[in-house]
Amino acid sequence: MWQFFHKLGSPKWFFGIANRLMPWLLWGGAVLLLAGLVWGLAFAPKDYLQGNSYRIIFIHVPSAFLAQSVYIMMAVAAVVTLVWRMKLADVFVKAAAPVGAVLTFLALFTGAVWGKPTWGTWWIWDARLTSMLILLFLYFGVIALGAAISDEKSSARAVAVLVLVGVVNIPIIKYSVEWWNTLHQPATFKLTEKPSMPIEMWLPLLLSVLGLYLIFGWFACLRMQTEILTRERRTRWVKELVQAEGN
Amino acid sequence: MASEARVRLRPAHEAIGVLPAMKAVFLRDLKTAFRQHQDLLNPLLFFVMVVSLFPLGVSPEVSFLQQAGSGILWVAALLSVLLSLDHLFRHDFDDGTLEQLVLQPQPLFLLVLAKTLAHWVLTGLPLVLLAPLLGVMVHLDGNSIAVLCLTLLIGTPVLSLIGAIGAALTLGLRSAGVLLSLLIIPLYIPVLIFGTGTVAAAADGASVGGYMALLGAFLVLALTLAPFAAAAALRISLSNS
Amino acid sequence: MSEPLLQAMNLQCERDDRMLFRDLSFSILPGTLTRVEGPNGSGKTTLLRILAGLNDAWSGDLLWLGKPLARQRDEFLQNMMYIGHRPGIKPLLTPLENLRALMAGRKTVSDSVLMQALAGTGLSGFEDVPCRRLSAGQQRRVALARLLIADEPLWILDEVFTAIDIDGVAALESLLVERARAGGAIVVTTHHDLQLPSMQRISLGGGDGF
Repeated sequence: MWQFFHKLGSPKWFFGIANRLMPWLLWGGAVLLLAGLVWGLAFAPKDYLQGNSYRIIFIHVPSAFLAQSVYIMMAVAAVVTLVWRMKLADVFVKAAAPVGAVLTFLALFTGAVWGKPTWGTWWIWDARLTSMLILLFLYFGVIALGAAISDEKSSARAVAVLVLVGVVNIPIIKYSVEWWNTLHQPATFKLTEKPSMPIEMWLPLLLSVLGLYLIFGWFACLRMQTEILTRERRTRWVKELVQAEGN
Repeated sequence: MASEARVRLRPAHEAIGVLPAMKAVFLRDLKTAFRQHQDLLNPLLFFVMVVSLFPLGVSPEVSFLQQAGSGILWVAALLSVLLSLDHLFRHDFDDGTLEQLVLQPQPLFLLVLAKTLAHWVLTGLPLVLLAPLLGVMVHLDGNSIAVLCLTLLIGTPVLSLIGAIGAALTLGLRSAGVLLSLLIIPLYIPVLIFGTGTVAAAADGASVGGYMALLGAFLVLALTLAPFAAAAALRISLSNS
Repeated sequence: MSEPLLQAMNLQCERDDRMLFRDLSFSILPGTLTRVEGPNGSGKTTLLRILAGLNDAWSGDLLWLGKPLARQRDEFLQNMMYIGHRPGIKPLLTPLENLRALMAGRKTVSDSVLMQALAGTGLSGFEDVPCRRLSAGQQRRVALARLLIADEPLWILDEVFTAIDIDGVAALESLLVERARAGGAIVVTTHHDLQLPSMQRISLGGGDGF
């Protein structure tokens, strides 16, 4: 067990594993996502209230879902960074944060696009959208702090502390924003009414969520590999690898 | 020069207690702050100026100010705390006091707590005391002003405590001030929401006990967790210097 | 007391992609003076900060009285005094207030002892002048006044002789020698040409030189 853990911390070992894993993640994700999207966008039934405009949930919900999960994953990696000082955990945090930010932005953007036909306005201070906006701020903070500290080890640990502080705050933020929302404008419409959703709608949704997870896994691996190569550029194995690629 | 002291290992029980050590840290911060009055005054002046921007920039109408007043005061207070946070560890970092603090045999998070309390006494508390005056200027009624001050009294320590984490994380970095705001503002949002929400509820005639209790819960949470995070962040920042 | 206070085994430290030192092993025994030597940028200050527990970016083992230092940090801190580049003197406070604050967490000392220590470093008459009005050397002396009160067995002193005049240097040298003779362990870095009997040297290489 410990040996496995130790191996997991080795960037070289991870690099090899990632190489083997990535095709599966990419193709599996692409197939699932494509199936989910095609099914959802073309074949799922119309919503009796919103017509076709609701179909954006097949992009909105997976990205919103993943945007939040990525932060949680980063928090787990942050604990590993702080407790076991594992380099790879920080590599993940640095690789995942910008992706998380983009997903959060995508969720906000699709939310706005959805809002136009539904509420008649691009932006509404709805509880979910506001929470996502704050999540985007949290991502920006993590990225900015990581970029500001040049020393690799300090940067890793400082970012880890910030991510953990953020993750403690996320439920508090969510709760307060929801409370604030009911105080100012009683919710007339909720973005996703899960129980009322027929199976033909949520099955494609499930597929696209799973697909996006796998795609994220692939992309995270790719970004981690890049980050590892940059960080370990002076080690022998990276030099050998680069030479082998060059031939 | 001649050293008087003899050389022997000091057993653990001879350590100076936590409370006297915290008190010394607290008092030193107050003393240095009072030797530099202007630094104390600046966040207060900033507070007043930001509040006065709203009638000028938005509308001086009584109805608008009455409705937005508590929010304006809260946002202005939040910004002035934010502005003052950069000083929390910066001077100590520059002159080496912070290294000595980290090397004291008492738990660092408690010493950090003492420093944060000093920060609140020097910035948050004056803001609370100044708030009634500004409350009158934005036409808040007596009851709202009282509730507002109470929320600020419970809320500003939370701002100092959370802010200490950001200040510790950005210590020694270039353009730390902007970065600090970037990291901390999202974390301030719940306090802001409940601070202003409580005043709004009071204005509607609702009972505010529950909201106050919730703000109090934030304070307890921040008191128990923030010093640990700030202490960890301080060690990281010092390790890098 | 001949058991090593502090033992470093295979210390390694890398900073900003540069290996400062590796496989560095040494013991700090009671009653010895250790000088860390090396050109600018060779990691002298970093090594001292590692020994003091301020810098975490290292690998290897550090033992305090034979046991891992990290597990007995409080005991270690209680028996170690560190004076760094930046000596922890607040410009707005007077020498007396500064010294009082520096000692507050470590040892109960009466004001008369503090005054005596300040007088011992040649600061009598300046006890109540804010430190920002003192010269660099005088400010340094405020920090060094701690040496006259401190009873920690291990002293870690970074560039102690900086900004101190000739007489001060001589007095400080003799203080350090006397301290070592009495059983204290001292680790110093200095650019000053320190020539003391029975001094342990730790040489850090690195720099390419002019």
